[in-house]
Amino acid sequence: MKIKQISVFLENKKGRLYEALNVLAQAEINIRALSIADTSDFGILRMIVNNPEKAKEALEGAGFTTKITNVLAVGVKDKPGGLAEVLKILYEGDINVEYVYAFVEKSGEEALVVLRTNNLDKTIDLLQQKGVKLLDSKTVESL
Amino acid sequence: MFWNKEIETLPKEKLKELQLERLKKVVKYAYEHVSYYRKKFEEAGLKPEDIKTLEDIRFIPFTSKADLREVYPFGMFAVPLSEIVEIHSSSGTTGKPVVIGYTKEDIEVWKEVMARSLTMIGVTKDDIIQVAYGYGLFTGGLGFHYGALAIGATIVPTSAGNTRRQIELMRDFGTTVLACTPSYALYLAEYAQDEMGIDPRTLKLRVGSFGAEMWTEEMRKEIERRFGIKAYNVYGLTEIIGPGVAHECPAQEGLHIWEDHFYAEIIDPETGEPLPEGERGELVLTTLTKKGVPMLRFRTRDITAFVSRTCPCGRTFIRIERIRGRTDDMIKVRGVMLFPYQIEKAILEVQGIEPHYQIILTRPHYLDEIEVQIEMSKEVFSDEVRKIEELRRKIEKRIEETVGIRVKVTLVEPKSLPRSEGKAKRVIDKRGLS
Repeated sequence: MKIKQISVFLENKKGRLYEALNVLAQAEINIRALSIADTSDFGILRMIVNNPEKAKEALEGAGFTTKITNVLAVGVKDKPGGLAEVLKILYEGDINVEYVYAFVEKSGEEALVVLRTNNLDKTIDLLQQKGVKLLDSKTVESL
Repeated sequence: MFWNKEIETLPKEKLKELQLERLKKVVKYAYEHVSYYRKKFEEAGLKPEDIKTLEDIRFIPFTSKADLREVYPFGMFAVPLSEIVEIHSSSGTTGKPVVIGYTKEDIEVWKEVMARSLTMIGVTKDDIIQVAYGYGLFTGGLGFHYGALAIGATIVPTSAGNTRRQIELMRDFGTTVLACTPSYALYLAEYAQDEMGIDPRTLKLRVGSFGAEMWTEEMRKEIERRFGIKAYNVYGLTEIIGPGVAHECPAQEGLHIWEDHFYAEIIDPETGEPLPEGERGELVLTTLTKKGVPMLRFRTRDITAFVSRTCPCGRTFIRIERIRGRTDDMIKVRGVMLFPYQIEKAILEVQGIEPHYQIILTRPHYLDEIEVQIEMSKEVFSDEVRKIEELRRKIEKRIEETVGIRVKVTLVEPKSLPRSEGKAKRVIDKRGLS
């Protein structure tokens, strides 16, 4: 149930985010979800895209440092407390969240979030036991 | 392998006798033929006959780069121009250039010391040597050229630059020996791999002789790993002869100085006093056989130390450590002396980091600050800020432990720092600009 996320190292320099996204546009990559973690010197652009391998190739070809990591795509109820419910399961299961961010799209009545924890396998087990919906890569890529 | 076994393994005592005989001769020669030396000797109340032992060399005044600039262009020449067959000059970035003229005999000496240097690392007439040092007024290219010519190896005189062609020729000609600056060697490896899809290990290269700039043991390992070769250190400077003053042997533990032609001392750069063997200080060189421009006690500004252990290679000639810095590269930050190589060493101790860095000195609030910019590598990049920050702090800590000063490390994108085809510019001092 893991999906692939691509991350890109960005120096805090004018135009670098645009350049990275422009490379993806040229390669006709569709971005499904995106977040930026930033410090005063650099940022990490994390994305879920329709074709991670192609995105990686295009970005590295343009001189960017990238990395593909496994994350989860979780469906949460699109109402107050929806995400909190999921996080509670993790908290009780003693799992640490590394980061979480939202998809642009919804899946039916559910909002979608990207989730990365310190133990993905255990997270999958726990969430599935509790009936939380996890999307596989095929579903995500065809959103 | 030896080029001139008899000389290279001459017993120490015999070598000292030879040096003394030559020293007396060159002192007299310089005094009689170069007015600059005569003046200096007179000022010091010294006569050539006063030099009776090797130790007496300490009475001779030093010659500095500034002295050589003052007599631009030919003031140091001991022979008329008609006897000079070649002229080299070191770059004049900080004033007038230094001009050195070679007689026919001088070129023969140069051939000899470079042939010894290359033979020592196993180069024979069956080798194909690509000389990617600059040819021209800079001594690097022609020095290697002459040595290889004496040996009879096949020379590919590419000179520096045109990286793609360098690699194509290496591949197509089956080059076995590479001679260039160490930073250019790393750039060649990177370019071959990333831009041309050629694994440098698949080239026929066997050994390399690298110098003309400061480099570290870690950089050596990196070059050796990337090309699958043995990398050796060469030392030389235009003022003395060019490359071939000293070269590393297969033991890779210091560079043998060709002492029958060059007399070496190590002094305290502040006081000018000779240092006890093994202590680090400034290398001072005297040419024992040069005719065009004899050089007495030239202050190289290079920091090194003698290696006193007997060398397993069988050569009796003394070794110096790899150059540790330049007296004028010494960065004084908050009153502490440090050298770029110390920072490089610390950086390379952190796994997965590549030796592409730049040191930037600023003085934002009347206090010196050092920023070290290092290129992010694929190996250490993470999708988590925490991990990158940990890495950054780890490097900062390693540097602080090595040099004793807190620095700020900034990770920058790969290939964003300037690459040079000659000497890498490692330090940018902005303290004077604010």
